[in-house]
Amino acid sequence: MGGSATRSAAREVILTLVVAAILIAAMPLLIGTYTLTVLVIYGMLGLSLGLIWGFGGILCFGQAAFFGLGAYIYAISAVNIGESTLPMILAVLLTAGFALLLGAMMFYGRLTDVYLGVITLVVTLILFKFINSTAGPQYVIGEARLGGFNGIPGFQTLNVPGDPGAYIWGDALYYVCAVALVIVFLLVTWLLRSSFGRIAVGIRENETRMALMGYDVAARKTVLFAIGAAIAGLAGALFASWAEIVTPTLFSLGQSAEIIIWCIVGGLGTRLGPVVGAAGLAYLEFVLGQQSMIDNTLIMGLVLVIFVLFLPRGLVPAIASLWQGSVGAFGRRRPVRRMRRARHG
Amino acid sequence: MSLKRREFLGGTAALTTAALLPGAALAADTITLGSILDTSGNFDAYGKPMDQAMRLAVAEINATGGLLGREVAVKAYDTQSDMALYSQYANRLTRQDQVDVVHGGILSASREAIRQTMRRSETLYFYNVQYEGGVCDRNIFVTGVTPTQQVEVLVPYAMKKSGPKVHILAADYNYGQITARWIKKFVEDNGGEVVATDFFPLDVSDFGSTITKIQQTAPDLVVAPLVGGAHLSFFRQWAAAGMKDKIALASTTMGVGNEHKVLTAEEGNGIMVAYNYSQELDTPENKAFKAKWEEAYGDTSAIHELAVSTYQGILLWAEGVRTAGTTDRMPVIEALETGVSIVGPAGNIAIDPQTHHATLDVHIMEVQDQGMTVVETLNQVEPLDTQAVCNLQENPDDNKQYEIQI
Amino acid sequence: MDISFVILVEMLYAVASLVLISAGLAVVFGMMKVINLAHGEFMMMGGYATITAVGLGVNVFVAMLVIAPLIVGLIGLVVERLVIRHLYGRLVDTMLATWGLSLMFIGLATMIFGNTTTGISTPIAGFAVGDYQINGYNFFIIVVAILLVIALYALFRGTRAGLIARGTMQRSDMAAALGYSPDRIYMATFFCGSALSGLAGAILAPLVGLVPTSGGAYIAKAFITVIAGGPSLIAGLVSSATTFGFVSQVFTFAISPVIGEVALLIAAVILLRAMPQGITSRFFRGKL
Repeated sequence: MGGSATRSAAREVILTLVVAAILIAAMPLLIGTYTLTVLVIYGMLGLSLGLIWGFGGILCFGQAAFFGLGAYIYAISAVNIGESTLPMILAVLLTAGFALLLGAMMFYGRLTDVYLGVITLVVTLILFKFINSTAGPQYVIGEARLGGFNGIPGFQTLNVPGDPGAYIWGDALYYVCAVALVIVFLLVTWLLRSSFGRIAVGIRENETRMALMGYDVAARKTVLFAIGAAIAGLAGALFASWAEIVTPTLFSLGQSAEIIIWCIVGGLGTRLGPVVGAAGLAYLEFVLGQQSMIDNTLIMGLVLVIFVLFLPRGLVPAIASLWQGSVGAFGRRRPVRRMRRARHG
Repeated sequence: MSLKRREFLGGTAALTTAALLPGAALAADTITLGSILDTSGNFDAYGKPMDQAMRLAVAEINATGGLLGREVAVKAYDTQSDMALYSQYANRLTRQDQVDVVHGGILSASREAIRQTMRRSETLYFYNVQYEGGVCDRNIFVTGVTPTQQVEVLVPYAMKKSGPKVHILAADYNYGQITARWIKKFVEDNGGEVVATDFFPLDVSDFGSTITKIQQTAPDLVVAPLVGGAHLSFFRQWAAAGMKDKIALASTTMGVGNEHKVLTAEEGNGIMVAYNYSQELDTPENKAFKAKWEEAYGDTSAIHELAVSTYQGILLWAEGVRTAGTTDRMPVIEALETGVSIVGPAGNIAIDPQTHHATLDVHIMEVQDQGMTVVETLNQVEPLDTQAVCNLQENPDDNKQYEIQI
Repeated sequence: MDISFVILVEMLYAVASLVLISAGLAVVFGMMKVINLAHGEFMMMGGYATITAVGLGVNVFVAMLVIAPLIVGLIGLVVERLVIRHLYGRLVDTMLATWGLSLMFIGLATMIFGNTTTGISTPIAGFAVGDYQINGYNFFIIVVAILLVIALYALFRGTRAGLIARGTMQRSDMAAALGYSPDRIYMATFFCGSALSGLAGAILAPLVGLVPTSGGAYIAKAFITVIAGGPSLIAGLVSSATTFGFVSQVFTFAISPVIGEVALLIAAVILLRAMPQGITSRFFRGKL
């Protein structure tokens, strides 16, 4: 049992790496690397919510808060430090630390579903309002002016570690982000295969049962929440480096809404779904920007309603079952299906 | 495991979409003007007329034989009031479309998001919007008014009409903060006193407590550089509380997006403003401009300050190209630095070589029956604020937005 | 003396506007356990309905108090039939679907009305209290909010329809067994909730500039107020609106409007941390 699980895990890692390598190499032929970079970053952001919502059952209305926080922490520390390695690490760690505190406050307070949603939403709003009202000269951290509504431009963008003059931008930034996404994806895969991940899924399915089995549900949810935030923070820092400016809209409710839509459309409870949903919808939005026939918001709203009504599981699971159905018609799954059908008469 | 293969299928689907996108750069014998504006989303009230003005100016240039005998083509992107799209489209304009010049950007944040991209890719950039001043970069030309150009003339006029005690209500972002400081300076220079200054984030729409506060400070004059739809509520609530006839009101922003046409005549009448342009300007250039606009779009009511700035910005660029005899960046910059000027709908406008900002006419106006009646005109006001910190002739490599210390 | 009266009015006004903003959401949530995230857009549509009606020459009070609630109520009815009724009992899914609806309404309103700020002027003149001017419209909002709460109470306590509605709310299966169709009752409730949202939007329209995205400014506040109120519909609404209105106005007058808003949000976090099921889970239990 253990041996075959390890073997299948290894096979999956290799397959992921091979397919990812092909995709990373092939995609720039189809879409400009500049746009691709942001699609990859959004993919990572989608994955962060997909992890805590799809596998931990924590519906966070404020994933954008961690995205924005990561971006702002990166920008502020990059202005002060002038080299990107430490700011990158800070962006991930501080965001995770913030989520740890927030998560502890919520989960030890036994807040669930809607109430959790309200708190995360409110925290996002507070951050947004705070950052938005820091235009005055008194809001300075080190050498970085917070800048309020206009945000912080002109910070050190990503560079080769140790060499502030060697900027990573353009195509190079795309490859760095794509590789980062693959690494994060593999880490998430590993996490979900570990006992921690299995217990997290158990908590999602039945919190009381897991608590009665002796697991510290609040602690585990808090840690998972922080891991999701760390991924969002990393995405935020990469985004800051890509956009070369951070603005309070990163914290906006609209941004949070979009992340949730990505997960729903892509497919909750899968790792790939949120990534595909994020990149796909962000690209759709980019394409739609070149027409003015129909309002963009209208289309995004329509997509969400249709998915909730008709495809609540999302694209990836739906295609997966279709695929299995068609492959099964020729492959080894066939006898199983026939048996099941037989049993139902 | 088979999941990854499906991701590949997704990729091929994207291929077909990509093929439908507008393709590579235009033919070499046309000049390409890149435009990047929010023509949808929150800021489209500003962006749409700017887009129309841009197209009008280009059509006009082409109707008179183009530039240097070549036709000017437009490559326009709608940024949907989304800052992330500014970066993306700016990159597309400079790398893929390889345009000769970019006009656009509305909010200061959007300008700062693309300014470095323009500079790095050596693409000439025009920012045609009223803003807080202080940008110092040889690659950019700014044709909108800056705070001193308005405040320097507006504050003394308004104080003369009302009195020396002033209460400032400003939008809480870069523009409002800086403008508030200039207002304070000019109030004090004119022997007045600022009794209080309040800042409001752009989404505040309930001003009830503020109106009570103002009555406690009992000023003679309220100067309100408030910005956007939510802040428009202030003018409405101010009138609703019956304050309009008690305390005089001036603004540096009300009317930029034609806000005075949203307020009723009773709510708006008497608000004092100062701008480069008013639809009510009685000059042959303005009449001709409005006639052309009407011919192109049917209705002139959408024309506003920023649209005229855009129109004038494009004419200035065209004049620079004609003077230089080429569209290459450096010769055009050098030509513009000779102090190129045109007579636009809002009067004479010239490039200030030291700052790359504009020297232009400023009109003091009062809102009257949803129009802006010109009371007084000051000719050729220089961008004093930016001049105080920026000298591109001495420091051609300067590249930052200065925060002007007063 | 005058100033304390003025501040008192401002406080009452803040509470009243929170009650108005949240009432529609509270009815739908309290009765059906459906969170309507398109609530803000329903308000926005109420505003546009009023402005359009006034533009067509309708009396402003008729437009606000009759036309806007009716139109938005009907829109709500359509939405309930097409979308919401398929999702009863799935709290998160209804939130997501209504979120999608809210985006659609924003998009539609943008296509119809454009993004330009519109508005109508306030129909009631301001008046003086000693040395101070007060916006007379504030009193109108306070009065409407009080009448609204009384009407809701009377409806649920005093009428047969209210009794049936409360019964369905507690045990829909029993109500069905007694011959009342829960489906019809939910439909009617959603109509009422939407009409209330439309009313709120209409009444606030003369105070603010209206754009298609205006709804976003209300939904968070309404959402927070309703959730913090807890299970009891009216008691929850009034108690949390009072708490938040009071807190935000104290800080608004003491410091600034921004701090007032932030204080409201922080109060919400503290409140929910202390009482995870809302105020009425601890106080006023079992009240309506």
